[in-house]
Amino acid sequence: MEAGTETLDKRARGRASWLRPRWLVLALPYAWLLAFFLLPFLIVLRIALSDTARALPPYAPHWTGWAEAWNFLQALDLESFTTLFGDSLYLEAYLSSLRIAATATLITLLIAFPLAYAMASAPRRWQPALLILVILPFWTSFLIRVYAWMAILRPEGVLDALLRGLGLIDEPLALMNTETAVLIGMVYSYLPFMVLPIYTTLEKLDRSLLEAAADLGATPFRRFVSIVIPLARPGIYAGCFLVFVPAIGEFVIPDLLGGPETLMIGKVLWTEFFSNRDWPLASAVAILLLLVLAVPLLVYQRFARKEPA
Amino acid sequence: MARKSLGNIRRAFAPWADPAATPLVQFEAVTRRFGDITAVSDLTLALYPGEFHALLGPSGCGKTTLMRMLAGFETPDSGRILLEGQDLAGTPPHLRPTNMMFQSYALFPHMSVFDNIAFGLRQQGLAREAIAARVAEMLALVKLEGFAARRPDQLSGGQKQRVALARALARRPKVLLLDEPLGALDRKLREETQYELMDLQAELGLTFLMVTHDQDEAMAMADRISVMERGRIAQVGAPEEIYEMPANRYVAEFVGDINVFEGIVEEIKGEIIALGGPGGSMILDDPNPTVDLGQKVNVAIRPEKLSITLEEPPQPTNKVKGEIWDIGYLGDFTMVQVKLDGEAGQLVKVALPNRSRRAERPIAWEDRVWLSWDVEAGILLRG
Repeated sequence: MEAGTETLDKRARGRASWLRPRWLVLALPYAWLLAFFLLPFLIVLRIALSDTARALPPYAPHWTGWAEAWNFLQALDLESFTTLFGDSLYLEAYLSSLRIAATATLITLLIAFPLAYAMASAPRRWQPALLILVILPFWTSFLIRVYAWMAILRPEGVLDALLRGLGLIDEPLALMNTETAVLIGMVYSYLPFMVLPIYTTLEKLDRSLLEAAADLGATPFRRFVSIVIPLARPGIYAGCFLVFVPAIGEFVIPDLLGGPETLMIGKVLWTEFFSNRDWPLASAVAILLLLVLAVPLLVYQRFARKEPA
Repeated sequence: MARKSLGNIRRAFAPWADPAATPLVQFEAVTRRFGDITAVSDLTLALYPGEFHALLGPSGCGKTTLMRMLAGFETPDSGRILLEGQDLAGTPPHLRPTNMMFQSYALFPHMSVFDNIAFGLRQQGLAREAIAARVAEMLALVKLEGFAARRPDQLSGGQKQRVALARALARRPKVLLLDEPLGALDRKLREETQYELMDLQAELGLTFLMVTHDQDEAMAMADRISVMERGRIAQVGAPEEIYEMPANRYVAEFVGDINVFEGIVEEIKGEIIALGGPGGSMILDDPNPTVDLGQKVNVAIRPEKLSITLEEPPQPTNKVKGEIWDIGYLGDFTMVQVKLDGEAGQLVKVALPNRSRRAERPIAWEDRVWLSWDVEAGILLRG
């Protein structure tokens, strides 16, 4: 044993340390992050610090070589960020995004938990089929599914016709182009992201724990509150995170279902970028959005660390 | 030779022998099926207050199902289960005055030791101080003072077992159910815990129902053992009865080692039966001979009841000749296999106690030896 490890060590020392397989394995994901996350981020940051210009691309200054580097740096400023904080529109858009995303996450959780619980409690042989049913919507394009909701929610659409046919309503519901429509679209689109992690934790839940709780006098409700929910917590956190983060920056759903009334930061970003052609401001919005998203991420990581696996 | 009857084995505690005693738990013709499999079949059994009862059998014999039916996790397809004369049918597990120690312990991983033990008490709606006092009492009982704040994943296997026991005892159940309570412990710890459990049971005066596949465990701990075979009870009795007077070949073979000889009944004189067989003639003493002349019977002899000699023993019967086939030194005793002469060449196990440390073993491989046994050693097997 001893002799064996020694030769291995010698062999490893013979090669340059950065060529060892261990380093290569670690370096690859970092190189990926560097090339596809950090560099684009720096480019966006550089645009955010620039000024708008009637040029192509529509911002200034431009990099003209190392000789002009000082002038280039001096031309950068925080003007876009000042605008962002100066105009209440942006703050409102952020807050409204947070509110809508949080509401959507909560509703998704309330629907997904019983769904996941029912799946995990179903007979083993049915579970793969149930899982596929949850994932099935992913097999059609997200955009098409949102368009389908337009057809359902629009005045005199499928939903109105159905409810009218059942005699439940007389007037059209007028759901289209409201926040409710956005919430419906989000809950529908993100439901699988909530169901899957919760299902995974519930499926691993040791049934004998529930039997033990029952044996010790816990009613079905107590067993659910004291055993099932605490042990499903990692899945609940993961699911909320997976729904909340994309929901904040969501653009397609508020644009197609929310109409002009619904204020969300994703839409603001799109408007600044394509309608106003204010690339620096759009970039500043994007960077602030990233910071807003980093907060739930850090919160999630804290919870995940506290939770023993 | 003096007649010895097994009926003389002294037992201080034997309410089952007293027709006036009231059982605590009664299984009455209980049957439970899972699809095509009948896990428990028309089973009747009574447990008495203060009894330590073991359900012993191989996996799949229905012992766990029987216990789970008492806890309320399984419902009998037919038959009744009574506790203190009350039919338990329709009473859900959380309303039954029984508590179970699970084989996997089933400790709540997200709760401290304190909260695990307090869980059952909180369901009873006890006051905070009463709960704290009872938990402290339970921790002292299982010698885990100072572990209240630990999480289950910070405990060793033995400590987990104790927490599970404390949690199950905290509610002072009428019957404590133990599902393979020592199964996950290593051997040394198992022996210690075994005696601790027995002391605890005697101290608390509780009724224990234990499921085990380990005959040593059952023999050492239980007042009575039910040996189970395919959903039925093959025999119920005190450990000595099960071992020395097994009701049939299944029980004899499941509990302890056994050698089985065939013979034909040649003479019956009161309690003495004379047999003739391929190995020679045999006389055995059976207090209850229910055999006919000329009947082919099986006689079981425990390995420790056989003697090995190099010289032919003087007795005219109860002896066979063979050759030493294998010697297995096990420390406390040596298990010798002897191959009998004759066409069948049956292998017979003999257990020789190692009384002295350095004595040379009188026998060696391939020695020609005689096996002999007492008149009362043979067990006449019915069925």
